[in-house]
Amino acid sequence: MVFNFMKHGVTQPGHTLCDLAVGESGILEDFNMPQSIAEHLMNLGFVPGLEVLVARSGPGGNPRVYRVDGTEVALRRDLSRCIAVRPLIDAEPEMR
Amino acid sequence: MSVPVSILGTIPNPKVTHGSAVFKTVAVVGPPNAGKTTLFNRLTGLRQKVGNFAGVTVEHHIGSFRLDSGEEVSLIDLPGVYSLNPKSEDEKVTVDVLNGEMPGAERPDAIILVLDSNNLNRHLVLAGRVIALGLPTLVLLNMADELHKQGGQIDVLPLARQLGTAVALVSAATGEGLHAVANFLVATPQFPEPLELPIFGDPRRCREWAVRMGSEASYRRGATPEWTRRLDSIFLHKLWGGVIFAVVIVAVFQTIFSLGQPASDLLQRLLDQVAVLLTNVLPAGSMISSLLVNGVWKGAGSVLVFLPQILLLFLVIGILEDSGYLARAAVISDKVMAKVGLNGKSFIPLLSAYGCAVPAIMATRTIENKRDRIATILIAPFMTCSARLPVYTMVIAAFIPNRPVLGPVVGTRAVAMLSLYVLGFAMAVATAKALKSSVLRSKDVAFIMELPPYRWPLWKSLSLRLMDRANAFIFRAGTVILGVSILLWALTYLPMHNGQPPQIADSAISKIGHFIEPAIRPLGFNWKIGVGLLSSFAAREVIIATMGTLHGVDPESHAMALQQALKSDLTPAGAIALLVFFAFAMQCMSTMAVVRRETNSWKWPILQFLYMTTVAYVAAFVAYRVTLLYWS
Repeated sequence: MVFNFMKHGVTQPGHTLCDLAVGESGILEDFNMPQSIAEHLMNLGFVPGLEVLVARSGPGGNPRVYRVDGTEVALRRDLSRCIAVRPLIDAEPEMR
Repeated sequence: MSVPVSILGTIPNPKVTHGSAVFKTVAVVGPPNAGKTTLFNRLTGLRQKVGNFAGVTVEHHIGSFRLDSGEEVSLIDLPGVYSLNPKSEDEKVTVDVLNGEMPGAERPDAIILVLDSNNLNRHLVLAGRVIALGLPTLVLLNMADELHKQGGQIDVLPLARQLGTAVALVSAATGEGLHAVANFLVATPQFPEPLELPIFGDPRRCREWAVRMGSEASYRRGATPEWTRRLDSIFLHKLWGGVIFAVVIVAVFQTIFSLGQPASDLLQRLLDQVAVLLTNVLPAGSMISSLLVNGVWKGAGSVLVFLPQILLLFLVIGILEDSGYLARAAVISDKVMAKVGLNGKSFIPLLSAYGCAVPAIMATRTIENKRDRIATILIAPFMTCSARLPVYTMVIAAFIPNRPVLGPVVGTRAVAMLSLYVLGFAMAVATAKALKSSVLRSKDVAFIMELPPYRWPLWKSLSLRLMDRANAFIFRAGTVILGVSILLWALTYLPMHNGQPPQIADSAISKIGHFIEPAIRPLGFNWKIGVGLLSSFAAREVIIATMGTLHGVDPESHAMALQQALKSDLTPAGAIALLVFFAFAMQCMSTMAVVRRETNSWKWPILQFLYMTTVAYVAAFVAYRVTLLYWS
């Protein structure tokens, strides 16, 4: 399948939502994707400055479920790779 | 429990619901998953109908809300929107209606805005945008029961003062606080002051504004329900998630067939008895009796028998959808759907297509990407819909001897039926792959799926939706299929000969059948099957009624059961070809009409018709030839 978000800018590896493991969280920083998709994500609570937690991984590891601003949203890895985050290293793995 | 309703700081007596309405038309607006439809259903009940604005594919409901004074206020349920940024079609419709720029729709006098009280930090952003339109607005903070249960809270008075509109904390599911709606409709309209609004282009500042509004009202969100997380750790489990998914899908079909079939059979028996009754009451051998019994009643009845199965399918899918499981099913199926170039959101429509392609195509509205949506619409009719079932059942029962294959339970007939399901599915997959790697290739498609908390489905919402579907289906049976049945009857009854109907071989229908026979002879079909095929382009199941009519008026096969009579029309190879033809061909006027409505052009339905019918013809020819080699 053709997927080319990368032409919109390269996100530094190691600092994307995709790089966080299940249970880890980070602060949302930037979206490297078309404006319309970024707006849709922001409507769902993915606003820069907010904390996002990797809540769980679906069967097969893709898509994964993220918890942000009180809601849970599933995203594929190809999209989460285009979301820049500042990892919160000391984040307590949230109780399930 | 008394809920404060504030209209700019004043608290009217909650019981004041008499007085006359000040608004005639009120729009109901809100984000998806905020319970907007539940609220609309509770307010309007059965007094609602489906509407369509000219030139757009977005469907909406119009209902009327009755005040204690007996007056009725018209409510418009607009599509769920996150913002008023007219980029998607749903949002454009909402904005146009609210601004009075939608042709054929009156500008609403007021707005009822439904927000999820558990998600106010997000949803209040929409409130800012809606209030900025300057219409009198009632902000309903919905799902108050969940907010309280999960330890959240909010004071409506300060929020109402900040927003400059009426605000009420309600629960559409329990009915708590809903008297606020009647109060709002009879109170003196308050036009909101232009708010100190955030810059809409900046999501960070929008959210800051929303959070500030919330904190002024001492807003505290409740915790996500513990059992939603617990259920998700099972339903989205690496191993069990997939297993449960498979079990759910099998259970859906099992329910439809094991409960639906007996219900259909019962209905068929009832309809047949009425036919006998009609024959006895009407003058014997008269034209009117023949028209009513053979034309009208049998034609309409042949379609009505599917009602139980279709309603069951919608009930089961409705339960899955309202409970929140369908969103998880989309996540689980996404990986597989990605292999054919689609995403998990196509899964729901494709599952519904096993019941009927018409609602399935309507369900593709949740797919934001236009190319993905069209690809899903184009492959949906390949799924084995319930209209194909009676045709498959009849032909298989007539031609395939039942021998055990896998133990005593699974026989040759079950295998034949299953292969037809697989055949349709395989063609859908192949078509999707071809489309998505060529004309409908899309870039920058994102799979973004909000997972709402699990909830108990509300019987009221489910039953209203079922009524909606039943109405649409009966209407179809009542018009298209009835028309075709009467036309067919007339063609078998004409031309009259000395005041008597003609022999079947001399009738108009036989002439038409013989005319097209050369085109279908390579598939092993005779002229009667040809007439059946022609009539089945209105709707697949009509072929049964047609064959019934053709043999019913033919003295040679008059007394035979239809299955027996069919053996005089088809060889076994021709029967296989017929089954394959039905698996692939686009034989449904309703589907074509809905595709035209949803894609807003004749291009797609016509291309789809040509493609599917060509595939069907070629495949039926190959099936006929191959079967002749091995089974003759």
